Amino acid sequence: MMREYLERLGKTAERFVDSTGQMALMLAQAAMYAFLPPIKFRNIFKQMEFVGVQSLFVVILTGSFTGMVLALQSYNALKRFGAESLVGPTVALSMARELGPVLTGLMVTGRAGSAMATELGTMRVTEQIDALITMAVNPVKYLVVPRILAGILMFPILTIVTDFVGVVGGYMIGVRLLGINPGVYIGRTIDFVQVDDIVTGLTKSIVFGLITTLVASYHGFYATGGAEGVGRAATSSVVLGSVLILVSDYLMSSFMV
Amino acid sequence: MIKIINLKKSFGDKKVLDGVNLEIEKGKITVIIGRSGEGKSVLIKHIMGLLRPDEGSIFLDDLEITSMRERDFNEVRKRFGMLFQGAALFDSMTVAGNVGFPLKEHTDLNDEDIIKVVREKLKRVGLVGVEEMMPAELSGGMKKRVGLARAIVMDPEIVLFDEPTTGLDPIMSDSISDLVLDTQRVLKTTYILITHDIPFTYKIADKIAMLHEGKIIEQGSVEEMKANPDPILRQFLEGRAEGPIKVY
Ligand SMILES: Nc1ncnc2c1ncn2[C@@H]1O[C@H](COP(=O)(O)OP(=O)(O)OP(=O)(O)O)[C@@H](O)[C@H]1O
Ligand SMILES: [Mg+2]
Repeated sequence: MMREYLERLGKTAERFVDSTGQMALMLAQAAMYAFLPPIKFRNIFKQMEFVGVQSLFVVILTGSFTGMVLALQSYNALKRFGAESLVGPTVALSMARELGPVLTGLMVTGRAGSAMATELGTMRVTEQIDALITMAVNPVKYLVVPRILAGILMFPILTIVTDFVGVVGGYMIGVRLLGINPGVYIGRTIDFVQVDDIVTGLTKSIVFGLITTLVASYHGFYATGGAEGVGRAATSSVVLGSVLILVSDYLMSSFMV
Repeated sequence: MIKIINLKKSFGDKKVLDGVNLEIEKGKITVIIGRSGEGKSVLIKHIMGLLRPDEGSIFLDDLEITSMRERDFNEVRKRFGMLFQGAALFDSMTVAGNVGFPLKEHTDLNDEDIIKVVREKLKRVGLVGVEEMMPAELSGGMKKRVGLARAIVMDPEIVLFDEPTTGLDPIMSDSISDLVLDTQRVLKTTYILITHDIPFTYKIADKIAMLHEGKIIEQGSVEEMKANPDPILRQFLEGRAEGPIKVY
C-alpha cells in the first residue's frame, strides 16, 4: 500500500521534472529561433489575430462585469466607514494591478490556450508536424514561435482592454446606480492610481502570455494517442496554464509590491 | 546510395526492427513489402530522421545520418521528398498551399511561379481544379495524390512513398506507376516505396525487399523474387491465408 503510493508519487514527480525540463528546452529553442531569419510575419499576425482579436468579446464581457461587481461590493464595504468616494480608486487599482491581468490570463487560457493545444496536438497525431520536419522546416520555429510571440504581444493589449471596460463598468454602477458624484469618482481615481500600478499589471500580463502559449504549445506538441490524447492535451494545458498563472501572480505580486 | 546497417528499434518492450540490413541503389526503385505492423513505416522514418535507432547506422553515400544533429539533418532532408501513409496534409492550408509549401519555404519563386509548378504537379497525379479546396473536402484517394504531388514538388533526388496506391482505383494506381517510372527515367530519382499492391510492385520494382519479424528476410529483382521458394515470401506474394505466417 504504502510502497505503491510512494511509487506513484515518485512517478508523478519524475514526470513533473521531465516536462518542466522539456518545456524549458522548448522555450530556449523558441527564443533562439525567434531572432533567427527568416522571420515569418504572416504567421505571427495570424496568431495575434487568433489570440487577440478573437478574444476581445470574452475579455470585454468579463472585464465589465468584474468592474461592476467590484463597484457594488466595495461600495457596501466602504460605506461603513463613510468612504464611498474611494469606490473609484478601489475598482481601478484592483483592475490594473490584479484582476485585469489575471482574469484576462485565465479567460484567454481557457479560450485560446485550449484551442492552440488542440490544433498542435491534432497536427502531431496526424503526422503534420513530422511532415514539416521532412520538408526541412523546424516545427518549433514555424509553429511555436509565432504563438508565443502572439501571447507576449497580445496579452498586455487585452489586459488594457479589460482594465478599461472594468473601470467603465465600475463608473456606471458607482455613479449611475449608487449616485456617487462623478467629479469625485473620477478625481479620486486619478489621484490614487499611478502609472506604476498599470505597469505592474502589464508586466504580469506579459508573463501570463508567455505561460499560456508555452504550456499550450508544449502539450499540443507532445500529444500522443489520437483524438483522446489531443483532448487530454487541451485539458492539461488549461489546468496547468491556469495554475501557473495564479502561482506566478502571487510570486510577482510579492516581489513587485 | 543508401546503406542501412543492422538497424534496431524498440518501442518500450516491443521490438520492431531487429537488425535490418538493406542497400538502396541510386536511381533505382526499391520496394519494401511486408505484413501490416511489421515496421515498414518505422523503417523509412529512420531514413528521414523522424525516428532515431537504438542501434545500427544508415549511410547516405558516405554520410552517417542517424547520429547527425537536427540542424545538419535538415540539409540532408532537402534532398528528400516523402509521402506519409496518411498523407499528412496541413489541414489549415488549401491544396495549393500544401503542394507549394516546400517551394515557398526553400526557393525564391514568386507566388505566380509557385502556382504554375503546383498545377503541373497536381496534373501529374490526375488532379485538376482542386487548388483552392481544403484537405477536409477531399476524398481519401485525392488526399493521397495531393501528398504525392507535395512529395515530388521540389524534384527531390530521393523519394519515399509510404503506400502511394492505397485508396486509389486501379486506373489511377497504374498512372502513379507511370509517374514513378517517368521521373526515375528523366530525373534519375531514387525511389523507396512501401506498398501492399503486388501488381504495382511487379510493374515498377528494380528491387523488392521483404521485411519480416524485424529483418529483411529476402530481397532481389522481380524475377528473382517470383522464383524464390521461401514459403513466407510465397505466401505473402500470392496472398494466401494458409502458410507459415499465421493469421490469428
Ligand atoms: N511512435 C510509436 N510508438 C510506439 N509504437 C510504435 C510507434 N510507431 C510504430 N509503432 C509500432 O511499431 C510497429 C510497426 O509499425 P509500422 O507503422 O511501421 O507498421 P507498418 O509495417 O508500416 O504497417 P502498415 O502496413 O499497416 O502500415 C507497430 O506494431 C506499431 O505499433
Ligand atoms: Mg505503414
